[in-house]
Amino acid sequence: MGKTLADKIWAEHVVSATAGEPDLLYIDLHLIHEVTSPQAFDGLRMANRKVRRADLTIATEDHNVPTLNIDKPISDPISKLQVDTLRKNCAEFGVRLHSLGDVEQGIVHVVGPQLGITQPGMTIVCGDSHTSTHGAFGALAFGIGTSEVEHVLATQTLPLIRLKTMAINVDGTLKAGVTSKDIILAVIAKIGTGGGQGYILEYRGSAIRALSMEARMTICNMSIEAGARAGLIAPDQTTFDYLQSKPHAPTGADWDAALTYWKTLTTDDDAKFDKEVNLNADELAPFVTWGTNPGQGLPLTSSVPNPADFTNAEDRGAAERALEYMDLKPGTPLKSIKVDTIFLGSCTNGRIEDLRSAASIIKGKKIASSVRLLVVPGSARVRLQAESEGLDKVFLDAGGEWRSAGCSMCLGMNPDQLKPGERAASTSNRNFEGRQGKGGRTHLVSPLVAAATALKGTLASPADL
Amino acid sequence: MEKFINHTGSALPLRRSNVDTDQIIPAVYLKRITKNGFEDGLFAAWRNDPSFELNQPQYQKASILVAGPDFGTGSSREHAVWALQNYGFKVVLSSRFADIFRGNSQKMGLLTVILSQEEIEEIWQVVESKPDTQITVDLASKTITYGSKTLTFVIDDYTRWRLMEGLDDIGLTFTKIDEVTTFEEKRASFKPKTLPIK
Repeated sequence: MGKTLADKIWAEHVVSATAGEPDLLYIDLHLIHEVTSPQAFDGLRMANRKVRRADLTIATEDHNVPTLNIDKPISDPISKLQVDTLRKNCAEFGVRLHSLGDVEQGIVHVVGPQLGITQPGMTIVCGDSHTSTHGAFGALAFGIGTSEVEHVLATQTLPLIRLKTMAINVDGTLKAGVTSKDIILAVIAKIGTGGGQGYILEYRGSAIRALSMEARMTICNMSIEAGARAGLIAPDQTTFDYLQSKPHAPTGADWDAALTYWKTLTTDDDAKFDKEVNLNADELAPFVTWGTNPGQGLPLTSSVPNPADFTNAEDRGAAERALEYMDLKPGTPLKSIKVDTIFLGSCTNGRIEDLRSAASIIKGKKIASSVRLLVVPGSARVRLQAESEGLDKVFLDAGGEWRSAGCSMCLGMNPDQLKPGERAASTSNRNFEGRQGKGGRTHLVSPLVAAATALKGTLASPADL
Repeated sequence: MEKFINHTGSALPLRRSNVDTDQIIPAVYLKRITKNGFEDGLFAAWRNDPSFELNQPQYQKASILVAGPDFGTGSSREHAVWALQNYGFKVVLSSRFADIFRGNSQKMGLLTVILSQEEIEEIWQVVESKPDTQITVDLASKTITYGSKTLTFVIDDYTRWRLMEGLDDIGLTFTKIDEVTTFEEKRASFKPKTLPIK
């Protein structure tokens, strides 16, 4: 029987396998940031250990950094201490770091791909659950905890119990105005936030093949929101074309050897997945979440559901709590919901194509007087690219705010937060209670819906303008 | 890591599903650079609500958290495990755990036990009617006992052995470090390196 893509990558990285024990997997790339690494470096110091492969490790400052006045010292002393600690640790252990103000600084999952150090067939880890983003290149990439960060720093390996595989088949053609964000929100609504637990997802089908690398990253990014540690898309010509010009892409004979290998990275025709889920791209519409977990989503043309209509008691209870928190009444058309803030950014939708698509809707128009539009590029490079295309002017002229790169309001660790009771349409990945600020309410949307919502002041798609 | 053989204590019923790690500890509490002191951030947003279970006097001594399904979803922050441990929890029971949270808990010696939702419901009812009910979680026999009831649970032998011996994974991997070196020698030359900077 043939092998799945996930099985192939796994097998290529097994350093040691013993029956009844987890496999010891080699890690090709370890991404580091300020929040989940200090305790790991401390652990190394206490045990008098080194970073085994600093040349397979890279750090950036993203989670807690400000997006305004980045040339000044960080004003929050606790954030500053955390960033200073990363700088000190990277200097001490010889780890490459891109600090605030550096042209390669940005959200770790935007930086890896744009440097070309994310490549097909690799194992990639980071102390961040959205590491699944890198799966868009056909890499096995997943989030880890701080104990595991320490393990990888010390040994460049991780003991892991083999995961099952699930195919997510998306065939057909997306309608205009429907994006990869809508695909993944629909997938999560279909299989639930626990549906992917214990699985590696592989996104397949004609609708996936038609997507750009950036759109594929958006899908793989939110695999974790379906409960899966990793999501994959087999590499193809789109992937190779994206990589060829990147700084760390192989060159010369190495490129040829890499390309030969990368072309083997597909699921064999006779391979069998542990589970398969099918979606028809023709039927998808712009999607929005109404609740407090990413599985609580519906097409934008729907109304807020009635908890009483849920047959499963857990789902009913969760819906009741969610509507109370979100201050929504059953039956309210989603398009009538007013928002206060639009957040355009994050490792889900903070890349150049996302900014371009939002700008294409906003260009020459003004945002509604009742809303605030916060645009936060995913990396310093994305910011510079956007500025060279005049996108910053589009957002500023419309009445929006143009910021420096970082995770920002996706998780509200820096000053970019919602106030209690504020409602956001956000291109990020999590609508959890208080995720974007204590008491804040989040509706997850695509960049197109975010842009249309900014203009209208109520949840809207470009077709509603 | 401290050895986990068994634990006896009272329980806190948390009748909520999808308790993500942002709820267990919000991001604003993640700025510490140590593994301790996170108890203040545990369920921080809900602690303002006097009716929240953690605030109720009858559950003050609880060391076993009995949670709804899909506990620990979302962010990979191990701070969620530290916050639970710093507060005094030794065991979490649920019908479904998120993968990363469960992995983190097993690295730190916080025992996460999967029971059926019916078993969780029954424990909730018993604890709500008699909050000082003592529950014994025994990893050696893979059983949970309260009153006259004994439940069995499943955990893979390797993880169980590690937890009972209090073994740290890094130490175990260093016993195989020659295999890592051998593996590195045959890695393809086209695999990217972060250094030197290009």
